[in-house]
Amino acid sequence: MNMPEIVGLFFKASLLLFFILMVVLILTLAERKALARIQQRKGPNRVGFKGILQPFADALKLLTKEDILPASANKQIFWVAPLAVFLPGFLIWVTIPLAKEVVLANLDMGLFYITAISVLSVMGLLMAGWGSANKWAMIGGLRAAGQLISYEIPFIMAILAIGILAQSFNLKEIVDDQAQWPFAIKQPLGLFIFLTAGLAELGRTPFDIHHAESEVVGGPFVEYSGAHWSVFYLAEYMNTFTIAVLTVLLFLGGWQSPVLPFSGTVQTVASLSWFLIKTALVIWVIFWIRGTYPRLRIDQLMSFGWKILVPASFINIFLTASVLYYALPHWVITVVSLGFLGATFYFIKKGSLAGNKQDTVTIINSSDIRAQLSNKAEV
Amino acid sequence: MQVHQQVSEYSDAIDLMVNMGPQHPSTHGVFRLVIWVDGERIVKVEPHIGYLHRGSEKICESEQYSQIVTLFDRLDYVGNLNNELAFCLAVEKLTETVVPERAEYIRVILCELNRIASHMLFYGVYGLDVGATTPMLYGFRERERVQELFESVTGARMMHNYIRIGGVKEDVPDDFDKNVLILLDHLKRGVDECDRLLSQNEMFLARTKGVGIITGEDALDYGVTGPALRASGVIEDVRVTDPYSIYSRFDFGIPVGSNGDCWDRYYVRVEEMRESIKIVEQAISDIPDGDISAKVRRIIRPPVGEVFVRTESPRGDLGVFLVSDGSDKPYRVKVRPPSFANLQALEYMLEDTYIADAVLVLGSIDIIMGEVDR
Repeated sequence: MNMPEIVGLFFKASLLLFFILMVVLILTLAERKALARIQQRKGPNRVGFKGILQPFADALKLLTKEDILPASANKQIFWVAPLAVFLPGFLIWVTIPLAKEVVLANLDMGLFYITAISVLSVMGLLMAGWGSANKWAMIGGLRAAGQLISYEIPFIMAILAIGILAQSFNLKEIVDDQAQWPFAIKQPLGLFIFLTAGLAELGRTPFDIHHAESEVVGGPFVEYSGAHWSVFYLAEYMNTFTIAVLTVLLFLGGWQSPVLPFSGTVQTVASLSWFLIKTALVIWVIFWIRGTYPRLRIDQLMSFGWKILVPASFINIFLTASVLYYALPHWVITVVSLGFLGATFYFIKKGSLAGNKQDTVTIINSSDIRAQLSNKAEV
Repeated sequence: MQVHQQVSEYSDAIDLMVNMGPQHPSTHGVFRLVIWVDGERIVKVEPHIGYLHRGSEKICESEQYSQIVTLFDRLDYVGNLNNELAFCLAVEKLTETVVPERAEYIRVILCELNRIASHMLFYGVYGLDVGATTPMLYGFRERERVQELFESVTGARMMHNYIRIGGVKEDVPDDFDKNVLILLDHLKRGVDECDRLLSQNEMFLARTKGVGIITGEDALDYGVTGPALRASGVIEDVRVTDPYSIYSRFDFGIPVGSNGDCWDRYYVRVEEMRESIKIVEQAISDIPDGDISAKVRRIIRPPVGEVFVRTESPRGDLGVFLVSDGSDKPYRVKVRPPSFANLQALEYMLEDTYIADAVLVLGSIDIIMGEVDR
């Protein structure tokens, strides 16, 4: 590798980092605005026009804040942990294509690479929990380890099924394979598993158990402040974007769009914006879930993962493989998958407490009580 | 990492002791709960109170009767008017003052609205405890409407000092009736909306059903009162069973649970808001004209004697025990705060639960530390 090549790669990587940073800034504002919309308030509206400069103000504030190191913290682990969470998330982006030509390195084992790298961030959370020398942080770190490792399995299984269907681990080829039908139609069960497990991987509501504010006071991040805390924050939003992008790439047909009368560079820009619109929709769904759902308990989360998602993901992969092996038409996958999706929902419903609805509280009229009391008094 | 360790009496495992509070976001004030955990399971809890002790009861002994009302505001700072009422009722009972009809109606209307506001705060904070952020905003939106009305009537949003011995401070504004009706209209829709948002949510049910169960008998033994007691299936509401003020004139329902779990305690409060709206509706339709205060002396000197008054505050059975030695200052004021008694049952309810449940159970008792510590 000669010098210009290295410089070129360095330039590309910096561009990617800049892009990610911009996306994160936009996402923080978008989330606050979306949540505000759901909660009937305005959200940030003071800094800049309608609050669009709010994320920059926040970033500036965070960077100028004091970085506090707890007295009994394990210094090295404490300082390295944010990086250990951020880096794996960023490394994934090397192989994610945003449009046909917009990709840093189009790996043939792209999906494999993504699944392998994304697991590493668990270590960072555990390090943060341990290094902080705080009991809440430790509990949060252990929760994170349990949760992320458990949900890694259905997550990877859903991805594998896509790999089988597309006969490739190359993200570009997977998207090309969806030119006619997006995989969401062929794999509804896979989409459900992927999104649910993805939310759990992100640690977003309803799975924000490891950094639950009201239980473990922020979990692994409780002792962090200033720039180091903002790196965690950065990683969280970057991963949200990653999951949304992966959902679009694997299930919603990536940059495949209705026929557009463009060619060349215009075509690239058009498909890129088409892709980003799809991503924004998925992100909106994630925000929407955050605005409406409470949080699960850790044991409920685990039993949901192991008793429902893992079996469902195995069924999904088995179904895809057997249909391909016996060369059956693809609509068979759709139909059976929909059936199993229904079954999954049935089991979720059955396993929960929705069956015995609200009749535990009855309203007794005051006149009845008064009549009873006066009867007693007469006796 | 230094870890304080204690060998549990239940198992050979070494448990981790964690401090929940006094600086913890979901302890509803400065409450400290020491928890010994085995993994995620709670082995033992030890509540510590007293971080907000201000000696209110003692201060009462050095103030004149009319000056004490404002101290009662600061006990349960979410249900202020109900607290003011409790003290005023005690003094009125001791001095045998007859309160004018109009004042009684104004008191009931404001107290019931205060109950709604208090339960709305509970609703919002409980949403936060389970990890949903939206209920908080919804609850506070409704509470804000009530606060606005209070501001127009009493001049203050929280520390009203409006209910006085013998009546109320001043007459309500001219557009009071109209404003209350508009407010009720909003509240009805608001309560329904809040109910729809959280109550039947799958995950909310999963989190709260069957958690922190206390049976009716045990609840009575612990001295639990208010919504927490009614959720366990005991029909006990001072407004009906031992009526004060003019509550015996109104027709309303008492929501009673059957499981005594967190969800029942939560839902009893939601239903109670609906019933309070009914009371206010009845009261506003037959509020009479007339005086708003009995003729009381500027410096009140009740006869020697003692009196005990029970009222139903938003949190439960609020009792005031008043001893007079004939001077212008009480000899002793003893408050029986509902939160304090309810908090005693916490240890019982937290048996065999998870860390995450501790937050929920504590939230479902709806404690106000100002009242617990006094």
